[in-house]
Amino acid sequence: MAEKVLMKGNEAIGEAAVVAGCRHYFGYPITPQSELIEYMARRLPQVDGVFLQAESEVAAINMVYGAAGAGARVMTSSSSPGISLKQEGISYLAGAELPCVIVNIMRGGPGLGGIQPGQGDYFQATKGGGHGDYHNIVLTPDSVQELVDMTILGFDLADKYRNPVMLLGDGAMGQMMEPVIFKPSIAQPAVKPWAVSGLRGGREPNIINSLHIKPDELELHNLHLQRKYALIRENEVRYEKVHTDDAELIVVAYGITARIVKSAMEKARLQGLKVGMLRPITAWPFPVEPFGELALKTKAFLAVELSAGQMVEDVRLAVNGLKPVYFYGRMGGMIPSPKEILEQIVQIMQGKEGN
Amino acid sequence: MTEVLFSRPKSLRDVPFHYCPGCQHGIIHRLAAEVIDELAVGEMTIGVIPVGCAALAYEYFNFDTVEAAHGRAPAVATGVKRVCPDAVVFTYQGDGDLAAIGTAEIVHAAARGEKITTIFVNNAIYGMTGGQMAPTSLVDQVTTTSPYGRKSESAGLPIRVTEMLSVLEGTKFIARVAVNNPVNMTKAKAAIKKAFEIQLSGKGFSLVEVLSTCPTNWGLTALEAVAWLESNLIPYYPLGIIKTVEGAVK
Repeated sequence: MAEKVLMKGNEAIGEAAVVAGCRHYFGYPITPQSELIEYMARRLPQVDGVFLQAESEVAAINMVYGAAGAGARVMTSSSSPGISLKQEGISYLAGAELPCVIVNIMRGGPGLGGIQPGQGDYFQATKGGGHGDYHNIVLTPDSVQELVDMTILGFDLADKYRNPVMLLGDGAMGQMMEPVIFKPSIAQPAVKPWAVSGLRGGREPNIINSLHIKPDELELHNLHLQRKYALIRENEVRYEKVHTDDAELIVVAYGITARIVKSAMEKARLQGLKVGMLRPITAWPFPVEPFGELALKTKAFLAVELSAGQMVEDVRLAVNGLKPVYFYGRMGGMIPSPKEILEQIVQIMQGKEGN
Repeated sequence: MTEVLFSRPKSLRDVPFHYCPGCQHGIIHRLAAEVIDELAVGEMTIGVIPVGCAALAYEYFNFDTVEAAHGRAPAVATGVKRVCPDAVVFTYQGDGDLAAIGTAEIVHAAARGEKITTIFVNNAIYGMTGGQMAPTSLVDQVTTTSPYGRKSESAGLPIRVTEMLSVLEGTKFIARVAVNNPVNMTKAKAAIKKAFEIQLSGKGFSLVEVLSTCPTNWGLTALEAVAWLESNLIPYYPLGIIKTVEGAVK
């Protein structure tokens, strides 16, 4: 599919997975990602793939564990409450080092919360989410095109590092329609000699496992995981900088919020306010490095999120006290307008400070 | 001319079991391994290992294995089987794993007629964690979490999961066996073999429940445990083939 097509975010993720060679999907319906599970139900049989609607999110993620263990490119998707249910399985996937792509089309929480867009699962996605010391690779696209590109990249990264990848979108991203092009990956398909598929005369038995009953062996396994995470931090940080060279205030935002911030930034620039934006494209690994350099040049940072302030903690760690870090957030599915963010920008830049 | 009459099955590694004296997991592992050898499917078998006393079974079986989270083995097996439809995929689960925390997964794998086999080891107690009450613990059975005996008023009655699963259309072979004596061991092996054959024929889901002892947590000697199983477990959990491809066995 080389020409541009107009697609809804949720469906574009599904097609991108197919383009990436994913032929196994296990999921459970939940708003606002239902178009994705429905797309897979329609699409996978057309490419001799397997679509299975599981009895729960818990079962779905464990089916992913089995399919990934057997060497398949596999995906599941859900939204916030369902992602909470998957956390047990995600911890096991991380422990057993199984590659997979998990899509979270976030909505407002906590609890049942609401069904409108949210970004309140940032902590859960980037800091672990389940038990134990582990990280998912967390991708935070801000357009339907990036949803597509990051889905395809996500499968490559998952295979490359034998690690779960979480595509962190939100209800707005899932629902919005934009023109997209599907570009297949140029990466070589991963060889998976560790997978279980029966010995077939060729090798010693493989074991897919996260159990290490001896403390010294479990510590060694953890040290191995930490070395892998260090390598990912070194190689896979992605971010976008806009107008940061002369910026006196740098707004930090990801996903749908970054789109609104871009509009607010352009309005501010028209008023002569030197505003820039830093947009993390990987939320884990978080782009720490650019903040060191930017903090020397700019006067302050403003993190904007659809949450009570989660990513802002990573911003504060990265800025490390060099400059003030302000925060503005909306919750519950409420989305700030560009004008609202502009007001925050103006207040901070006029020394009246933001919220 | 000498002839080998008895040897370790190819599907078991030369590793000593960690199981307690008098525990029957070792016998059940061996029966499964013998069946896999006899069907000559070891090269295409993937075992899904539970959380519980058999959590280390991957160290004993000599084929590909996956360690599942507690209760999730049927979902994991589903994922494996859907990727490798020509493989023989089985789960090996205890009563806490299958009949408590994993009820949703086993019921729906069975309801889908997932082409996998489950070996369900029921010893009416949580072994690995130190003898707590299981969903299959008998009324008045004393465990560390039913120190005054299981009371049906507060803890309900023990679940006969196997009968429950047998009413699902997706299940094509369901049996309950025991390994308390050589005759029953022979019957147990035949049932496990039949269950694997059902999977190989692609007909649907198959399950064999194996009643088993836990002398350590029952507080009995190995021989007393066998006697307790015969006089208490078997009367509540009757042995026999419960369902075949033709339907329920009357």
